[in-house]
Amino acid sequence: MIATRDRAPEREDIETLLPWHAAGTLSRRDAERVEQALAQDAELARRYEMVREELAETCHLNETLGAPSARAAQRLFAAIEAESAGRKSKFSLDLGGWLAGLIEQLSPRTLAWSATAAGLAIVLQAGLLAGMIASQHGGATYQTASFGEAPASGPGSYALVRFNPAASAADITRFFDVHRASLVEGPRAGGLYRIRLSPKALPKDELAALVARLGEEKNVVAFIVPAQ
Amino acid sequence: MIRSVTYITEFEPNCVLARPMNKPIVGAMQATSDEALISRIAGGDRLAMQVLFARHHVRVYRFVLRLVGNNPTLAEDLISDVFLDVWRQAAKFEARSAVSTWLLAIARFKALSALRRKRPEEELDEETAGAIEDPADDPELTAQKRSKSEILRKCLMGLSQEHREIIDLVYYHEKSVEEVATIVGIPEATVKTRMFYARKKLSELLKAAGVDRGWP
Repeated sequence: MIATRDRAPEREDIETLLPWHAAGTLSRRDAERVEQALAQDAELARRYEMVREELAETCHLNETLGAPSARAAQRLFAAIEAESAGRKSKFSLDLGGWLAGLIEQLSPRTLAWSATAAGLAIVLQAGLLAGMIASQHGGATYQTASFGEAPASGPGSYALVRFNPAASAADITRFFDVHRASLVEGPRAGGLYRIRLSPKALPKDELAALVARLGEEKNVVAFIVPAQ
Repeated sequence: MIRSVTYITEFEPNCVLARPMNKPIVGAMQATSDEALISRIAGGDRLAMQVLFARHHVRVYRFVLRLVGNNPTLAEDLISDVFLDVWRQAAKFEARSAVSTWLLAIARFKALSALRRKRPEEELDEETAGAIEDPADDPELTAQKRSKSEILRKCLMGLSQEHREIIDLVYYHEKSVEEVATIVGIPEATVKTRMFYARKKLSELLKAAGVDRGWP
């Protein structure tokens, strides 16, 4: 009886190791302990069979999940491409970062030395934020050439673009005007922006040709690929 | 470079049970190869990135897909993000764990972050999943037509996210106790008890589905 009681914790310990034994990921020492216990304990051996069934069906279930589409790789390597291009340039065009920096410069903390200046900063921030919100909802008369028209999703033809760091704001504005493109979202990782090129879903070939044509504007576009 | 080699009794990937392999050699080769790729990636080698992606992306995808539920688009976005992190952080990889363990740890973090943003409406909780019946079969036919394997797979899908995760890591991704602890961020003792309770819950689901295994 005492011997049985002494063996109980050891058996529990062995039982918790069964899944790893079935998967073959135990150390040699632990694997030998489990093998010895299995040889001497029929109930433990029966439970080990359950573990093996679980393992087989878990593998089966996972194998039926399929594989990701090529989109995952395209998305990854487009981002890497853009990021690599960005590393080559000391200066990058980051509209979001620029705006955040501007707001930070105007923050009350920065201008706390003067109550007047702080008040001015708050008013300016409020004005900026209101302008941004209004422009996104079409409620203001002011709107940039590139932002505010396009929904983030829905029908249309889209591309991911990274602008040439040397391009000026005027160049980019002209680019959007000439091609009737709209900024949908960004910047994403690597300074990528998603832009809408057409409100219609263009045929694949036509979109590819359009993107290739836009990519030739090297003074504005550093990288561009079709996107969803 | 001199590497310490831990001897492990190993088999080929679990779904092809179970011809013993020489783990010290094969394991070290695989680990060195992955580490070498990471080293090249840290130097900006895109080809190395493509090789690493090709080698691991399917398993990482399946791990993420099981965590986020039936949302392949989200899973694809997340694996892109995982490997983009690898591209950015490769220089910081210190080889304290296998590359595949590092990948799964990043993937888990991103998947759970995505789930937190989407909860609660898109989460398929344990009770809901367990209550879903295969529309093709009526209850009377279910017990007759389904094999025990099919029921087992359905019950595996009905486990909570926490239990699904640990079962997948141990059985499908072939992760040791130590590696699971690294990926999930819990002590090794907790890994063992969590696995035990996951299996116990699985048995309860099986029993409710008409398969009594006599355990626990």
